[in-house]
Amino acid sequence: MTVVTYRDALNQALREEMHRDDRVFLMGEEVAEYDGAYKVSRGLLKEFGPKRVVDTPIAELGFAGIGVGAAMVGLRPVIEMMTWNFALLAIDQIVNAAAKMRYMSGGQFGVPIVFRGPSGAALQLGAQHSQAFESWYAHIPGLKVVAPATAADAKGLLKSSIRDDDPVIFLEGEMLYNLKGEVPEGEHIVPIGKAEIKRPGSDVTLIGHSKTVAVALKAADQLAELGVNAEVIDLRTIRPLDTEAILGSVARTNRCVVAEEGWPFAGVGAQVVDLIQREVFDALDAPVLRVSGADVPMPYNKHLEKAAKADAGKVVEAAKRVLYMS
Amino acid sequence: MATSTRPERTSGDAATAELHRHYLRQMLLMRVFEEKAGEAYSLGKIGGFCHLYIGQEAVAVGSIAALRPDDYITTAYRDHGQALARGTSARAVMAELFGKATGCSRGKGGSMHLFDAGLGFLGGHGIVGSHIPIAAGAAFAIKYRGGDQVSVCYFGEAAANIGAFHETLNMASLWDLPAVFICENNGYGMGTAVARASAVKSLSVRGTAYDMPAEAVDGQDVFAVRAAMDRAVARARAESKPTLLEVRTYRFVGHSMSDAAHGTYRTKDEVEEYRRRDPIKVLAERMRADGSLDDARWSALEAEVKAEVEDAYAFAEESPDPDPSELYTDVYAPEGVAKSEARGGEAP
Repeated sequence: MTVVTYRDALNQALREEMHRDDRVFLMGEEVAEYDGAYKVSRGLLKEFGPKRVVDTPIAELGFAGIGVGAAMVGLRPVIEMMTWNFALLAIDQIVNAAAKMRYMSGGQFGVPIVFRGPSGAALQLGAQHSQAFESWYAHIPGLKVVAPATAADAKGLLKSSIRDDDPVIFLEGEMLYNLKGEVPEGEHIVPIGKAEIKRPGSDVTLIGHSKTVAVALKAADQLAELGVNAEVIDLRTIRPLDTEAILGSVARTNRCVVAEEGWPFAGVGAQVVDLIQREVFDALDAPVLRVSGADVPMPYNKHLEKAAKADAGKVVEAAKRVLYMS
Repeated sequence: MATSTRPERTSGDAATAELHRHYLRQMLLMRVFEEKAGEAYSLGKIGGFCHLYIGQEAVAVGSIAALRPDDYITTAYRDHGQALARGTSARAVMAELFGKATGCSRGKGGSMHLFDAGLGFLGGHGIVGSHIPIAAGAAFAIKYRGGDQVSVCYFGEAAANIGAFHETLNMASLWDLPAVFICENNGYGMGTAVARASAVKSLSVRGTAYDMPAEAVDGQDVFAVRAAMDRAVARARAESKPTLLEVRTYRFVGHSMSDAAHGTYRTKDEVEEYRRRDPIKVLAERMRADGSLDDARWSALEAEVKAEVEDAYAFAEESPDPDPSELYTDVYAPEGVAKSEARGGEAP
């Protein structure tokens, strides 16, 4: 094990997969000569050259589509979105082309492509640079949606995503890039579709993904001080959802809180709640509660922004309610 | 049956005559096929949207004749003609329009989404202009692999107003991609005349903005299309440079099956005027003049093509619908299905 940042873990995954498979290339804005807007692609141009690390004009729709076409005829593109907020300009290619191609061609054309970049809020970037997109893409049959919370998962899931035969939406976080964590040396693969129990517990299940995993773990620490033994689950993949992990945990704890960064309406948490009430209704001792970002465009003011984000305090409050402690 | 042959252009009158016959046969096949498809649509055998290619046949035939079997083709939703010209059988195309399991997209695509992987046919795309970058992506892959194939993209002139067109032409030129962008200018984006939608009246001018060679071509003359395409393909294959071809043509029928031939946006006289330059008639007259076509040969060709279309129609009628289990296949790669929540909304 070595300790590396989430950013460098992603860099390792890209480097290793580009060495392993010469069909893999990286394309996006500032990925090459600038070394990546967030330095995820640092050093890759030098190592692999401009054929495989391709700077683009600011044309998200165009280069997303070029990636789709290249994938249809056998390459393995990794398309970097400087942030997922900009990918709204490319969503026609992601949803109408990448996600539907295999189906509408009767299975003739798969699109093995990874769209990746930071999603969700950082600090005071305002309304247009702070949106979390999990539920948007998770809604789409044909896409897989991955949102790692740790450096090790960032590496292992990116490697799996690049090897996957379907389009993968890979959601990173600007606030996660500097997060350090232990990453196993050498080949390290984390399968898509597998959640992880980050902290075992028996009194309540706290479910998060991406940035809300740290939120849930912090909440679990605070709950421990109140004598509550919380279990924390990191979904890691939003679609396909690891239903067994979720249901197994809730069947044991009988109580659950789902935390996400995105907005509440039709969010990831709503899907998780639907699953739980449908499959293990009789196991529940309380309604499942959700913690999410506030249902507003992200404000710039730092106090308002803090109030808009899901945090440990909100998760603790929700946990106390499902435990009938408040 | 009846997969199209692709005679090479060789010297000698016999070979030339055979090539011309091949053009005529393909164009006539499209015409008869589309007329039959229109009939089937009226009978409710074809659903959804159905956009016929009648009047534009010389564009697909003249351009696809210039390609090699390993080149790629991507097209918009008015795609029956391109699929037939590429060699997808009339049976497989008609069966797809009928939504049958034997269709070229196994009944899951429909009229707008014809695909044929074996022929490098990357679809049939329903969002105006969205496939233009996809075609450039195939060209990017060709260059990435160091090959000498060509990627060809067909789109209507209305797509030249959408961002995807401009973003793609810029990158294709910037990166020297081996692509040919064929703008089929049939005068109308649905019911909107070019002059009401585009600030420049000659769309080939738009190549200039991206330092891309471009030319305007008479789309009713299959030889003119072929000649321009030969130049564009040579540029792509030998120099890895893209070309924009504005091929001026005209659709003799409505935008889709749901509107009349002339509608409210153009006059009957205008349609009649353009019909005088029916691409099939233009070619047939040339062939009659050089002695390679006479009444007997025309009748024989017509009978041959009609039989092929009737066979395709019968095949489509008799073919089975996709199995109900097909609803959930092809969403993900077979090993990727895993435990998806895809069916989560249904009772277990």
